Amino acid sequence: MPANSDHLESRTAPQRFSGARRACRVARDEETEDIQVEVEREETPREQPPAREKLHPNTCPVCKSHYREDELRAVLRVCTVCGHHFPVGAEERVEQLADPGSFRPLAEGLRSADPLAFTDLRPYTERLSEAEVATGLGDALIAGTATIAGMPCVLCTMDFSFMGGSMGSVVGEIFTRASDVAAERGIPLVSVTSSGGARMQENILALMQMAKTVCAVDLLQESGVPYVSVLAHPTTGGVIASFAALGDFVVSEPGALLSFAGPRVVQETTRETLPADFGRAESSFEHGLIDAVVKRDELKPKLGQILRLCAGGTLVPMEPGGEIAAPPPGIVARVLRFLRSSQHGDPHTNGGPA
Amino acid sequence: MNSRLPTPFRGLRRRLAERAAESDIWEAVELARHDSRPYTLDYADRLVDDWIELHGDRAGTDDHAIVSGVGSFRGRTIAIVGHQKGRDLKERAFRNFGMAQPQGYAKARRVFALADRLGFPIVTMIDTPGAYPGVEAEQGGQAAAIAQSMLAMTRLRVPTVACVIGEGGSGGALAIGVADRVLMLEHSIYSVISPEGCATILWRDVNQRRKAAAAFKPTARFSYELGVVDTVVAEPSGGAHKDVDRAARLLGDAIGQALDSIEAEPVEQRRALRRAKFRRMGVWLEDGVLVGEKEHDLDPAGLPAE
Repeated sequence: MPANSDHLESRTAPQRFSGARRACRVARDEETEDIQVEVEREETPREQPPAREKLHPNTCPVCKSHYREDELRAVLRVCTVCGHHFPVGAEERVEQLADPGSFRPLAEGLRSADPLAFTDLRPYTERLSEAEVATGLGDALIAGTATIAGMPCVLCTMDFSFMGGSMGSVVGEIFTRASDVAAERGIPLVSVTSSGGARMQENILALMQMAKTVCAVDLLQESGVPYVSVLAHPTTGGVIASFAALGDFVVSEPGALLSFAGPRVVQETTRETLPADFGRAESSFEHGLIDAVVKRDELKPKLGQILRLCAGGTLVPMEPGGEIAAPPPGIVARVLRFLRSSQHGDPHTNGGPA
Repeated sequence: MNSRLPTPFRGLRRRLAERAAESDIWEAVELARHDSRPYTLDYADRLVDDWIELHGDRAGTDDHAIVSGVGSFRGRTIAIVGHQKGRDLKERAFRNFGMAQPQGYAKARRVFALADRLGFPIVTMIDTPGAYPGVEAEQGGQAAAIAQSMLAMTRLRVPTVACVIGEGGSGGALAIGVADRVLMLEHSIYSVISPEGCATILWRDVNQRRKAAAAFKPTARFSYELGVVDTVVAEPSGGAHKDVDRAARLLGDAIGQALDSIEAEPVEQRRALRRAKFRRMGVWLEDGVLVGEKEHDLDPAGLPAE
């Protein structure tokens, strides 16, 4: 049995997961992927990892079906042949979930600083500007108010292609502001995460974003506002071990890697052969760590359903594109909404809000 | 003077300075992991009287990587929760090298709840390479256990003090680190990933761990400058293991001061103040303006203060 975990994975993983596994490997090492090719081999000749197939991003890694960009967008980036879920960028995720025109971004002007003057093989600032150019985003998380299936919420989505979706000060701050807006206005928070974990280039400050986002969720919970956490492939490390794990409802996309430690670390530490579905959404579901595994085309209706249930059936659906009113925080807001909604129907049908 | 040197020599001087900074930081890493460095129970022995150790998560497991108990500390009963590493090979295996399973964090949570109910201030001691990365740990919800432990700490009504006494490794450390005051021993480290892990991922070579440590600066001084810890606690010269009694006295004084200052704050605001403290953490640019940086400038080369 070869010691190299890549090799091991490709042998033991069932066909259905192998694509996602490859993606996950890229996921954990996204930041070094390109260096390995361009720079590092010149500097330090050492054991070459076994050659990995470089697939076009629009080619399904499982069944090799290829899609044109607009085709793939139209099918929500799910392979129509085998059901493989391709990664979705932050903005496209908003398009998929929010009602058209309803998304009002917040905290747009935030950019990462470089408090540690961090340089590994390349300076952190260089990696940042590269990610900005590649994704067109300011950092790995975007947030805004929106409606999903008519239900108002605050929506945050992560972009894995921005430095592996890693959480530094900016991601922590945007999530916190989004959560605070939800708490203030009494509207539910929905987050869609896809992250390799905390951002090493900000070291201890990145670690503290775990505490910061947990504090934000604490305020949210104290305000009696629901939080729905959607875990997309992969949600690992400091993100799943902080806010993403604390949703009142936690759902995941099929095949998503959801683990605190990555498969490679676990394999190297325990020297055991990992189960084929290690850390996968399906395994997490079996172990009671998440509420549901939801296919991407069912995600929006499912979120709509959850949000409707949270509102106790008394939330008045907003007009798409309409402004979200800013009622006083928490319980008060919900009571007010309940009272308002009762003019339109029988308030007792669903028991009303808590 | 410097500018007159031919270019290659200027480079050399910079590289020498970098090398010096690198070895200073690496020294801190090695001291933090020193074999004879005092662990949680060593401090508990010296800090409190009438110590009673508490065991188990009340759900079928007692994780030995986390120890907990109550005792009398300078006139008040406090609860102590901390990671515990092992001294010899056998004890190390018993303590799982201070790497907790999800059940360990459940144990911590139940002691937090007990202390909160009975009004015992909580002192946590952080000393772990990280939460245990194992298959069963993952299946048992390691990530959620860490998140819930942090959440439990944000809600406590009693004063809380976290002390980084050795290795503050990643989420496994922070899980018991969300406190009103965070103290850090002079020669301990606090980081998002181990230098080895960082070197493996960013340099693709574990042998670059010194460089990695120098780049991400896990030392007490930097953590203080970044506003992550409130107090750096001095250690006896050469490190806490040179004089454990004195190290414990110094730590005890710092804990006592921290508790006094927290107790002076209004109880009803404690949770909000704690939230506000962590809410402020981070450094970023907002519309081009730097936000969150503390007044004193960082020394980018990581050289120790003169």
